[in-house]
Amino acid sequence: MNLLVDAMIVLLILTNLRLIASSRITSCITAVAVQGVLLGILPLLVGTDHLTVRACMLSGTATLMKGIVFPWLLFRALQASNVQREMEPFVGYTMSLLVGAALLATAMWLGGQLPLPVPAASPLIAPLAMFNILIGLFAIVSRRKAVTQVLGYLVMENGIYAFGLCFALQEPLLVELGVLLDAFMAVFVMGITIFHISREFDHMDADQLSVLKD
Amino acid sequence: MHASSLVLPVSALILSPLLSGIINRAKAFFAGRQGQPLLQLYYDLAKLLQKGAVYSRTTSWVFRAGPVVGLASAMTALFLLPMGGAAAPVSFTGDLILLAYLLGVMRFFTVIAALDTGSAFEGMGASREVQFSALAEPALLLGLAAISQTGPPSVASGYTNATGFLALSEMYARLSVGAWMSAAPALLMVAGAFLVVFLAENSRIPVDDPNTHLELTMIHEVMVLDHSGPDFAMILYGASLKMWILGSLLAGLLVPVRTGNVWLDGAATLCGLFVLAVVTGIIESTMARLRLLRVPQLLVSAGFLSTLALVLALWS
Repeated sequence: MNLLVDAMIVLLILTNLRLIASSRITSCITAVAVQGVLLGILPLLVGTDHLTVRACMLSGTATLMKGIVFPWLLFRALQASNVQREMEPFVGYTMSLLVGAALLATAMWLGGQLPLPVPAASPLIAPLAMFNILIGLFAIVSRRKAVTQVLGYLVMENGIYAFGLCFALQEPLLVELGVLLDAFMAVFVMGITIFHISREFDHMDADQLSVLKD
Repeated sequence: MHASSLVLPVSALILSPLLSGIINRAKAFFAGRQGQPLLQLYYDLAKLLQKGAVYSRTTSWVFRAGPVVGLASAMTALFLLPMGGAAAPVSFTGDLILLAYLLGVMRFFTVIAALDTGSAFEGMGASREVQFSALAEPALLLGLAAISQTGPPSVASGYTNATGFLALSEMYARLSVGAWMSAAPALLMVAGAFLVVFLAENSRIPVDDPNTHLELTMIHEVMVLDHSGPDFAMILYGASLKMWILGSLLAGLLVPVRTGNVWLDGAATLCGLFVLAVVTGIIESTMARLRLLRVPQLLVSAGFLSTLALVLALWS
């Protein structure tokens, strides 16, 4: 069982890798969708011995939102804005991979430092959460396109969710659902914003918004 | 070291040219062709050995030393190479570093022999070769380090202290089914990284195309254009030994047959090696060559996989 959890955590780390190494935006979205589905299944595996209604509900909602609704919204925004590739990111793809390895080391160190109130199901969950948050931040600062930045935000949110998994049984369900709702609203609003940016300016380089003047 | 342990290097010396034959037959099968004979490389070597060598007047002794040193270091490396559970004739703590850098010496002499010709094309190939292998080397070494940290110590071997785990034969002897059960994700990632290193170092698709003779796209082939006759035979033979060495590292990892019977373990890994050759043929038939700019990204990904495997192995 523990091996299965470890394997899933490794897969999650690899989806992050895919996100920062790929230049095709569709494959980035697919990577985040896969990450969402994996994160949705994870509560069922770490949630100790019995399948409670609560665990199933948490898992079902997370899978639905992170694995299906968010990617669908982003794919829609992508079709509307007519963009296929992330061109000229601020940090190149090979360099991104090296940065990713450094971030992984940082996350492992940070995750080991944190004293958890309850023993986590796997010692890797806290480092995974840290890694997701760091990769999300990195994707936000190193990419130009609005869609990729939204993906970075989503990955960061996934990290917070993964951190919540450490104490999935202690945490009130309402808090979890509240976080999901926030993320949903954010992605919804960003999807609309991306659409509007690209309709107004014929592209969605968020970078160029900084030179706007009255 | 006794006589029976010499079976491994000797069988490698005899069987290694067969690997490229298997790869070529697999590719021919996918293309719907008959393909060249399985023993084609043996015929080629015999033919080349009967010819004379031509040396350009601009070259020095370095050009003549290149193939000899390359073949010699590959043959030395064979004596350190375990075949799955079957231990190598020579084994000591830290021999994995010697193995990696014997391959490094081989590459270094191929590169300076290429530079010695003064040809612009060969210099370009040499530059690419060192660039890619500089990225492949960390993937290989970190992967081996990750393997050394997994699995319980085997009872059969003489090593009991922790440093003994850094001997290749000991590391591979511990890779039983039990080790896979306890550390499957880490070992799978190392296997992935080793596959990339195997393809890159042996200049196969998706990194390099062994069939192409267009200088702009070649990496390894372009460095040996000026060698002829017996020198070229030594280079071809050295390359097939190198493929055998890196392939055995991968096959020994992926075939966790550790019965304790040396012959059985060795034979299982040998079968794994031949399957790996078929898989290489399939990869070559179904994939396109990567753009040159994308190759470093692939190799860095392999290095990332190895790093992640090492972190996982150290963590749990």
